[in-house]
Amino acid sequence: MSSATPVTEPIVFRWHQAEITAIAPVTPQVTSFRLRSELAQSYRAGQHVDVRLTAEDGYQAQRSYSIASAPDGSGTLELMVEALPNGEVSGWFSEAAEIGDRVELRGPIGGSFSWDGPDGGPLLLGAGGSGVVPLLAMLRRRAQVAPEIPAALIYSARTRAEAIALPELERLAGDGSGFSLHLNTTRDAGGRRIDAALVAGALARIGRPGKVFLCGSNRFVGAASDLILAAGVPAGVIRTERFGS
Amino acid sequence: MVTRGFVGRRQPPETGARIPPGQYLTDDFPILQIGPNPTVDLATWRFTLREGSRPIKAWSWDEFEALPRTTWQGDIHCVTKWSKFDTAWEGVSFDDLLADAGITAPTAFLLAESFDDYTTNVPVADLVNGRAMVATRYAGQPIHPDHGGPARLLVPHLYFWKSAKWVKGLRFTNVDTAGFWELRGYHMYGDPWREQRYTGD
Repeated sequence: MSSATPVTEPIVFRWHQAEITAIAPVTPQVTSFRLRSELAQSYRAGQHVDVRLTAEDGYQAQRSYSIASAPDGSGTLELMVEALPNGEVSGWFSEAAEIGDRVELRGPIGGSFSWDGPDGGPLLLGAGGSGVVPLLAMLRRRAQVAPEIPAALIYSARTRAEAIALPELERLAGDGSGFSLHLNTTRDAGGRRIDAALVAGALARIGRPGKVFLCGSNRFVGAASDLILAAGVPAGVIRTERFGS
Repeated sequence: MVTRGFVGRRQPPETGARIPPGQYLTDDFPILQIGPNPTVDLATWRFTLREGSRPIKAWSWDEFEALPRTTWQGDIHCVTKWSKFDTAWEGVSFDDLLADAGITAPTAFLLAESFDDYTTNVPVADLVNGRAMVATRYAGQPIHPDHGGPARLLVPHLYFWKSAKWVKGLRFTNVDTAGFWELRGYHMYGDPWREQRYTGD
């Protein structure tokens, strides 16, 4: 390696023990878990962790979960777990997990899908369903460190009852700091999917976005990307995270 | 460390042997990428082999489609834990690309480069002797842009982030040079059977 090459520390993700310190329902399908872990010292809003569970016979299963909390010095972080049909790991969380139980975490993972105050804005966020979790972390971070940065969240949920953290999002949208919430529900009466008018409404509130983060199903992220590109936002500022099917 | 109350769902023996450690079987074809699909126009599409910054050989889409074809069927494994069985790909093998360019690999490493500026590193030894291709068809059809079409790298024995979507070229490098995810903590090699997800695994 030549001396001109910048030397950076390799990023190493080690497994850390984590203990569940609080459990709270969020929606009928989604539950919040607070976990005490060393990892809580050093993550950015938007990142995710791998969770590993180990059975008595040594069998292990791992899944990735976005972090819902913003770094807050509490020594804990928050995950929100959606109970999936036959979910191997989500099933344990929704049916068996209790305060005091221990799991293993590693990360934080996902450097490009993360945000902190110095990254600036305006911030355009788009979420489908439980894809709102990492964006909630970004909004919590913004409220902590940079509430002056204009931000908009386009949130597509099946119903209001299934919208994650809706009271908190509505409170943030009403705090006068320049965050606007653009909720659309697909299964409620008069439901709609994300469309050009929703995107235009969000952009009208924040101006030209410096950072765009989209998270949800393939269908949601694909549709949202196309609409936001069609509205003239350059592809280079858009970061996406998708989950299954 | 045992997690109280966790039993887990074991794979049946006939599939268990095909699933690398820490993976689970899916019938979906999940899509993971860092940003929107790039716009790729076949009329101006070029695939370029480079050594450092020096171009060695470039193909237009029509020239690329006229190269000898290779097929591969088998299992793929994503670092995000899903594995998918019996996927069927068609494209141009790395060996045939080098043969058409009239070269042998000038270095032992390369970076695959994509239209969305994604990069990933792969040792040349993992590409030669029929181990990898630049794929242009999946399940008998042109590859959908969501899955990296019109052309993506296919290195199926490594975690699938190495199989760069929307690939536009291969750049030979003198040393093993980290790409996009490798700079962000992902493993430099990425063997699913040794569960090399992240640096230090």
